[in-house]
Amino acid sequence: MYDFAYQKPSNVADAVKALGADPEAKALAGGQTFIPVLKQRLNKPTVIVDLSKLGLTGITVTATAVTIGGMTTHWDVAHSEAARKAIPGLVDLAGQIGDNQVRHRGTIGGSLANNDPSACYTSAVLALGATIKTDRRSIPADEFFAGMFTTVLEQGELITAVEFPIPEKSHYMKFRNPASRYAMVGVYVAKGPKGVRVAVTGAGQGGVFRHAAMEAALSANWSPDAVANIKTPPDDLNSDIHGSAEYRAHLIGVMAKRAVAAAG
Amino acid sequence: MNAAFQGIGASVRRTEDRRFVSGNGHYTDDMNRHGQLHAIIKRSDRPHARILGIDKTAALAAPGVVAIYTGEDMQADGVGGLPCGWGVKNKDGSPMAEPAHPVLAIGKARHVGDPIAVVIAATRQQARDAAELLVIDMAALPGIAHVRDAIAPGAATVHDDVPGNVCYDWHIGDKDATDAAFARAAHVVKLDLLNNRLVPNAMEPRCAIGEYDRSGGEYTLTTTSQNPHVIRLLMGAFVLHLPEHKLRVVAPDVGGGFGSKIYHYAEEAIVTWAAGKLGVPVKWTSDRSEAFMSDAHGRDHDSTAEMAVDAEGHFLALRVRTIANMGAYLSTFAAAVPTYLYATLLAGVYKTPAIYAEVKAVFTNTVPVDAYRGAGRPEAAFLLERLVDVVARETGIDRVELRRRNFIPADAYPYQTPVALEYDSGNHLKTLEGALKASDWAGFPARRAAARAKGKLRGIGMSTYLEACGIAPSKVAGALGARAGLYEVANIRIHPTGSVSVFTGTHSHGQGHETTFAQLVSDQLGIPFSQIEIVHGDTSKIPFGMGTYGSRSLAVGGSAMVKAADKIIAKGKKIAAFLMEASVEDIEFKDGKFSVAGTDRSKTIGEIAFCAYVPHNYPIEELEPGLDETAFYDPKNFTYPGGCHICEVEIDMDVGTTEVVRFTAVDDFGRIINPMIVAGQVQGGIAQGIGQALLENAVYDDQAQLVSGSYMDYTMPRAHDIPGVAISDEGTLCTHNPLGAKGCGEAGAIGSPPAVINAVVDALSEFGVRHIDMPASSQKIWSIIQSSRLPMAAE
Ligand SMILES: Cc1cc2nc3c(=O)[nH]c(=O)nc-3n(C[C@H](O)[C@H](O)[C@H](O)COP(=O)(O)OP(=O)(O)OC[C@H]3O[C@@H](n4cnc5c(N)ncnc54)[C@H](O)[C@@H]3O)c2cc1C
Repeated sequence: MYDFAYQKPSNVADAVKALGADPEAKALAGGQTFIPVLKQRLNKPTVIVDLSKLGLTGITVTATAVTIGGMTTHWDVAHSEAARKAIPGLVDLAGQIGDNQVRHRGTIGGSLANNDPSACYTSAVLALGATIKTDRRSIPADEFFAGMFTTVLEQGELITAVEFPIPEKSHYMKFRNPASRYAMVGVYVAKGPKGVRVAVTGAGQGGVFRHAAMEAALSANWSPDAVANIKTPPDDLNSDIHGSAEYRAHLIGVMAKRAVAAAG
Repeated sequence: MNAAFQGIGASVRRTEDRRFVSGNGHYTDDMNRHGQLHAIIKRSDRPHARILGIDKTAALAAPGVVAIYTGEDMQADGVGGLPCGWGVKNKDGSPMAEPAHPVLAIGKARHVGDPIAVVIAATRQQARDAAELLVIDMAALPGIAHVRDAIAPGAATVHDDVPGNVCYDWHIGDKDATDAAFARAAHVVKLDLLNNRLVPNAMEPRCAIGEYDRSGGEYTLTTTSQNPHVIRLLMGAFVLHLPEHKLRVVAPDVGGGFGSKIYHYAEEAIVTWAAGKLGVPVKWTSDRSEAFMSDAHGRDHDSTAEMAVDAEGHFLALRVRTIANMGAYLSTFAAAVPTYLYATLLAGVYKTPAIYAEVKAVFTNTVPVDAYRGAGRPEAAFLLERLVDVVARETGIDRVELRRRNFIPADAYPYQTPVALEYDSGNHLKTLEGALKASDWAGFPARRAAARAKGKLRGIGMSTYLEACGIAPSKVAGALGARAGLYEVANIRIHPTGSVSVFTGTHSHGQGHETTFAQLVSDQLGIPFSQIEIVHGDTSKIPFGMGTYGSRSLAVGGSAMVKAADKIIAKGKKIAAFLMEASVEDIEFKDGKFSVAGTDRSKTIGEIAFCAYVPHNYPIEELEPGLDETAFYDPKNFTYPGGCHICEVEIDMDVGTTEVVRFTAVDDFGRIINPMIVAGQVQGGIAQGIGQALLENAVYDDQAQLVSGSYMDYTMPRAHDIPGVAISDEGTLCTHNPLGAKGCGEAGAIGSPPAVINAVVDALSEFGVRHIDMPASSQKIWSIIQSSRLPMAAE
């Protein structure tokens, strides 16, 4: 770590002001991504603005939507009975992120702002057609992600909440990277107010993406068999020591099929 | 057995665990010395590069910086290179190539992580800041990672004085007899196989604190070591040229080693030397990323094995060619691992009459490779037990029957193998039968069918392994190239009021010695377990010792304790005879009591001890006061644990993942002191073996960059990857040490990888798979299923 100044504001306006005043200032949520980055000296912020006292935690469930505060931990989402009743697939996803320690610290806002190409939540946000609420605007999922580790968030813009419309059915199926246990391939399938949508994380070179061919097939026939034979071209997929692009392409098919089966 | 029994054979709970799990362990990094400075090692980020110059100016000017040293600075001060503790000879009798191993790189950096300079500052943070300001001018050279690239014509040269990169080209066995047997064989079965490279990953990263006492001119090194006396010997004699009485090495609580903390590492010499230069303590702690690129790695063999078999399936001869990766430099025991700890084990449990093995050790631009849990024996067991399965398949003989047919029979012991070793005891049929029964081998077809109904491929595999522990008779080891003796030392000190301190030259870094040895001494002397303290890990307290590795602590260190206890008893008898006015010959010792044979007169060992230290009524003319005895025990042979491991796996055909669903281990460890600790060692070893077989892999790219340099890419096994293991023991006693003990620390990691891979290959047999290299990752298995499905689909 390099030395930095530390602030813990008690309202969103002050946090936004502190972050806006200095282009080298950075927000800290659960620290599960950011602190390792600091420890490895890959980032040198001047000021760290701790978001933990902004009152951004909590889950609200209405008849049509589940809204999760930006600082809500994966653990809290995974253990919310109300959210489970509304969107079981989303709650299961939260329970599969990292390990207990990570889930107790990591937050939905941090995960989405970070947009790790292997993160889990990104797929749910995209497949469910969620809306990302920030201190200044509402951003539809389809416009939020801008390539791996990049989003349309402006410097100092904070995710305050994420609103998920409640689908008729949805599910997430994850194939873990054997080493990191992030998603090597994760597929979220949903049938809901925003239509039939399939989002794939872990596999794409540009981060999370929607799978048009599978969406079309499932719109016509919501069943595991509908996606079983859809081949995903490996061209734009990641390749590393644990999974070639071809293997990932194959896994997308298997995970999608299993996700549809589990969604019911 | 009553509840209070705490002697040999009791599953006494580990006394040391209370402090470990309650945060009261005393690890090196927990210690901070008054006025201590912090060292950060600047390491090469290039696999291979010439060092053109190092500019310290900016770094020296940074806040808090006290000193910066390079390899040339240390060399100029007379600091020597890191020695190799074992010399191996080439086929022609010439010595192996032993290139210089400077403490800090001089002239060239030879692997990613090679230490180039040390920055010492008031805080770790300041040292780190300054290290970033150090300007190292390097010119990249081509890097070599893989053994076949190292010996390819025109390959870059890792050490300018070792053209061709060959450290040694060694052989063992009878080539002519082997060739002759191959010429008349009914079948010859050949298998190429790799033994993957592993990162040891002890839970506690390495750490070292150097101190210098100006008044007495004494140095103290506190370090994460498995063998403090060996470090004192090597660092004192070869690197820093300090006499042993001026150098104390302490290895306090150490959080795991698995071999990686045997070796004398550069950082130990750097902090000790710098503490002397600067007159203040200097501390260095590795972080996890550093550990990946500076702790010695394990394994990394590329082999070809051939078995000559007669028409009835009897093994006639075995021929093996192995290329072993030494990494960039020779680590302390590197040279011994692929030779005397590997090729000498190639007979395994079989009576193969002729064996010939050739081993070429080569330098590459990778982290040095040395012993890692099992050290050579896992490589031998994997090669042999895989080959036997392939022989079974290709001769059509059942794999269990083939093994039975070729086993060394129990009545053939002692058995001289064609590759130097003489096995003292064993009963392979007994461990095999025990494992077949415990695993319900016969019931497997039903389990396979049930799995198939769920869409899973189920396979079963076994290994009937044998290994060698308790290294080693010093004379034999010396003849084979060891540059040290390999005895062990114990000092038993009975205190005046009857409690006991036992000083051992072995070192516990997770093995539970404080419990096992206390049970042993309690048993020998009849003193309550709770009154016995085991002391280890400090050269200023322990007379001498060679440390802990190769599962030698009980077989060699425990035997030294028995010898020391014998001396205590012998002296006690003399005192007792005097006190009870009997002759020494009439004194019997049992359960802590000296009694006069045939009478009810007796004295407890506590009474004798008190008398020895308060010698008012004592045979002072013939006997010195005190009850404190030391013994050095030099083993007569290696010990030969073995057994049968049976593994069952299920493979998800759609994605290629393998789950180990059952694992059975029936081992022969000789005398067992604490069955619970032994079961823990077996379970842990099997976890590492499953890790090697299915998950772990240290990957270098073709330019020798370390690709799997963190847990994001290096697949450590997690708890849920490891099944419960059914563990039992069918022991035969070791015939040549006083305990009959063989050793159990590494067997799990030796026996399990071939059992797992044999099971995976069995599961995939319908796809025509003959062999799969470790780790059998999901990707690899998926590709196999994929590629064999294609032609089938075309049919
Ligand atoms: C061992 C381990 C395993 C993991 N496994 C998984 C996994 O399987 N799947 C998965 O999806 N993730 C995984 N993660 C990542 C985890 O989910 C993190 O919690 C997440 O990436 C970041 O969330 P955080 O709250 O910790 O954010 P931080 O690390 O604190 O911040 C991350 C980034 O987001 C910014 N930020 C944080 N909050 C906000 C906000 N409200 N508005 C705007 N910007 C913000 C920060 O400035 C920083 O740049 C794992 C992490 C670890 C350490």
